[in-house]
Amino acid sequence: MAEKAVRKKRKRRNGDRDIILLEHVSKSYETGSPALNDISLRIKPGEFVFIVGDSGSGKSTMIKLLLRELTATEGNVKVLGYDLNRIRHRKIPEFRRNIGIVFQDFRLLKDRNVYENVAFAQRIVLTPTKQMRKNVPAILASVGLAGKYKAKPKQLSGGEQQRVALARALVNEPTLLLCDEPTGNLDPKNSWEIMNMLDEINKSGTTVLVVTHNKEIVNQMEKRVVTLKKGVIISDEEKGAYIDED
Amino acid sequence: MRISTFFYTIKQGFRNIFRNKLFSLASIATITACLFMFGIFYSVVVNLQSMVQNAEEGVCVTAFFEAGTDDLTMQEIGQKIAGRMEVSDVEYISADQAWEDWKADYPPEYAEGFTENPLENCANYRIYLSDVSMQDSLVTYLESMPEIRKVNRSQLTADVLTGFNSLLGYVSIGLIAILLGVSVFLISNTVTIGINVRREEITIMKYIGATDFFVRSPFVVEGILIGLVGAGIPLAIIYFVYNKAVAYVLDRFSILTNLLTFLPVKEIFHILLPLSLGIGVGIGFLGSFITVRKHLRV
Repeated sequence: MAEKAVRKKRKRRNGDRDIILLEHVSKSYETGSPALNDISLRIKPGEFVFIVGDSGSGKSTMIKLLLRELTATEGNVKVLGYDLNRIRHRKIPEFRRNIGIVFQDFRLLKDRNVYENVAFAQRIVLTPTKQMRKNVPAILASVGLAGKYKAKPKQLSGGEQQRVALARALVNEPTLLLCDEPTGNLDPKNSWEIMNMLDEINKSGTTVLVVTHNKEIVNQMEKRVVTLKKGVIISDEEKGAYIDED
Repeated sequence: MRISTFFYTIKQGFRNIFRNKLFSLASIATITACLFMFGIFYSVVVNLQSMVQNAEEGVCVTAFFEAGTDDLTMQEIGQKIAGRMEVSDVEYISADQAWEDWKADYPPEYAEGFTENPLENCANYRIYLSDVSMQDSLVTYLESMPEIRKVNRSQLTADVLTGFNSLLGYVSIGLIAILLGVSVFLISNTVTIGINVRREEITIMKYIGATDFFVRSPFVVEGILIGLVGAGIPLAIIYFVYNKAVAYVLDRFSILTNLLTFLPVKEIFHILLPLSLGIGVGIGFLGSFITVRKHLRV
């Protein structure tokens, strides 16, 4: 019931507009060849998309553009209706609050415990303390960490740290979840646990975009796969597979 | 800002200090060292200025009247002189008073044989200056009056005091500039080291949608607290050491006791306390504000 309500709320917020819209986007750095070269991509609400490609293919640059850490040299970048080429600096936090982000290296605040790491995301959006005391334990329970809320990140395994990061990304009910190599530092068992959670999250209506190298996961999950090579999209397939260049 | 966010920010500011103990200690030590030097320098300069001011207050110009000038004219001239900007006090010495003073200053046998007042024409005004450097303009004014016969002044004392005053001013400005330059250099280095440790933390906060204000506030609170502690320590040291240092100097140079009149510590602290606290808080605030700013463009 609650899931349905969340889905309805998201639909109201986003309608059927594109979650991500890249139009002829190029990004060049001061040195070297362009990291992204004239790419176009459209991701609709509720999709689950893998972005794959070798090192240097432009995956990280794409994530940075989607988070508005970088701006495109050419082309339009629209995420959740925000025009990231024109967005004002003071509006960037408001934009990012609609996005959950999970990194390969977890990026938890090392000196704070599990509860504080997740609560931090709620403090940023000024959630009332009373509400926060309900939301944080609930999200920690949903990722299987209800009993570890007092632990510091270094007391947790890699898989547990990634689940904390996932809880932090989800606690504010984001419309879009960006995952940059979320299984890169995990063993196969933990990798599958995380991927299954992402699948569940996607089924509840959140759009999920996963950048990964993990061929096995990509091939078994049968989701949309966008393959990048040297800054260009070389394939974009529904229920695609990892294109092995070797 | 919500009240809970306000208290969270304050709490984080305090916690930051203990989280990075080494950085906090290094910052406090740097500010303490700079403000300790500043406090000592300030105390020395203020005391020197006070001594020079005391000496200046003793410098006077004496104006003697022409024979036959009546009391009313002398009174009018006295009022005119007293009204001038550079004059702090005017003292009238009558001819009888002048003769009495002379007799008091010299052995009694020197005054024997005088039946009448030999200083009959020596009624005068002793004019004390508020600013010794303006002695020349006062003397010119006095000499332009037909009723005034002669003007005595101490050009050498005035010149020495004026010169010393200007020298003190230049040295103060120079030393304060050097001190501030060194402080800013040391503090910016310390803050840069500290902030590098937290670059990752700031980046994470920004990725999950924290505003610049939200990220910066705990750092600014931390900077202000460090500034306050860094200012409080040298102030406490100077407060307790000042009287002992004055007693030592007076004991060591007892021959100069009349010249060396030190200000009480409370008078020094009247300005030094708010000034040092203000500089400490200012350095802490600006140091954290500017350094965090560099890392907010994520």
